[in-house]
Amino acid sequence: MTPLIEARDVYKSFGQTPALTGASIAAARGEILAVMGPSGSGKSTLLHCLAGIFRPDKGEVWFAGRRLDTLSDSKRTELRRTAFGFVFQFGQLVPELTVADNIALPLFLNGMGKKAAYPRAEAWLPRLGIEGLGSRRTGELSGGQAQRVALARAMVAQPKVLFADEPTGSLDTLAGELVMTQLVDASREEGVTVILVTHEARVAAYADRQVLVRDGKVIDHAGLAVEVTS
Amino acid sequence: MTVPLTLLGLLEREPSHGYELKRAYDTYFGRGKPLPFGQVYSTLGRLARDGKVTGGEAEPGAGPDRKRYAITEAGASEFDAWLTSPIEPEPHLQTVLFAKVVLALMLGRPAEIYLDTQRAAHLRRMHELTELKSTGSLMDALLADHGLFHLEADLRWIDVTSARLSSLAEMVRTS
Repeated sequence: MTPLIEARDVYKSFGQTPALTGASIAAARGEILAVMGPSGSGKSTLLHCLAGIFRPDKGEVWFAGRRLDTLSDSKRTELRRTAFGFVFQFGQLVPELTVADNIALPLFLNGMGKKAAYPRAEAWLPRLGIEGLGSRRTGELSGGQAQRVALARAMVAQPKVLFADEPTGSLDTLAGELVMTQLVDASREEGVTVILVTHEARVAAYADRQVLVRDGKVIDHAGLAVEVTS
Repeated sequence: MTVPLTLLGLLEREPSHGYELKRAYDTYFGRGKPLPFGQVYSTLGRLARDGKVTGGEAEPGAGPDRKRYAITEAGASEFDAWLTSPIEPEPHLQTVLFAKVVLALMLGRPAEIYLDTQRAAHLRRMHELTELKSTGSLMDALLADHGLFHLEADLRWIDVTSARLSSLAEMVRTS
């Protein structure tokens, strides 16, 4: 497997508290990888290191054959804007803007004009079953609809990697299921690699592979399976 | 799936021949594991003996059994009681996995790896069921959901046990 994104022996502490203590993880192009673990295990910190939001204290992060952790802040910001998409659990939509504005936002930030950006943003509405909601304010949406808008916004700029941190954490079972089905379908159609952080096994089960973060390290369940089979 | 009670339920819907019952059972409940004809007729025989169904007279025609079966009042009453009563919740404490963990700790074996391996197996099965939900019918999806919720409950137990292993090891060593 040639990894598209990889963390090698990464360490990260917050003050005296270690969050990652030699975490290694790699995901291939188009792979959906679930990162599981209890609260405080370091799984979100790992996501933030992979996405270039945090710079590790030690270790390396690679993306598309390029060292990411040594890039300047502005280069990492640019990479996040052009190559990565993000879906979080809460509070990611801008309430003053409409649904279409929210989805088009990454395109505007990348310098695209309204004429090109809006049709591209609105093309995502029927794909995610939220057609007809383009002119609504985000405060008028249900939790599941809001997460699908967040997913559209994450995907609209055609990222190479989608980072999803507990994307269904605030939803009930059926709404969460719909969001996950659409996240998986959209990622497969676009060939996007997904790093899915979750503590819920039912959500992780959508992924091609699952790893567990425990005490700041990554336990690869696929590796375990090989060990057991052999 | 309890075959006799399911057949009673199908007969509650309408009197049927054995082959019709088999076809209905396989369609709704078989899920790739058809009910053998022999089991259909032996079950119907026992239900008739116990007064829960009546067999009627054999009808003319080909085939091993041309009887049309109908549910009796006793059969309907049993079916109703089964349908409306909750299944006994089992405490699940003495599961194979629990025994493995305790034995591993007693023997100084790596209990955490056993739990991780079990978690991996559970997640693989959950992934298969999740795939089935996206490709199968609504009935497949509902059955897959049932499996997923049970596996998820097991996984929670595995996670909590994994987090408590050192305390459990201490207890096993000192008791």
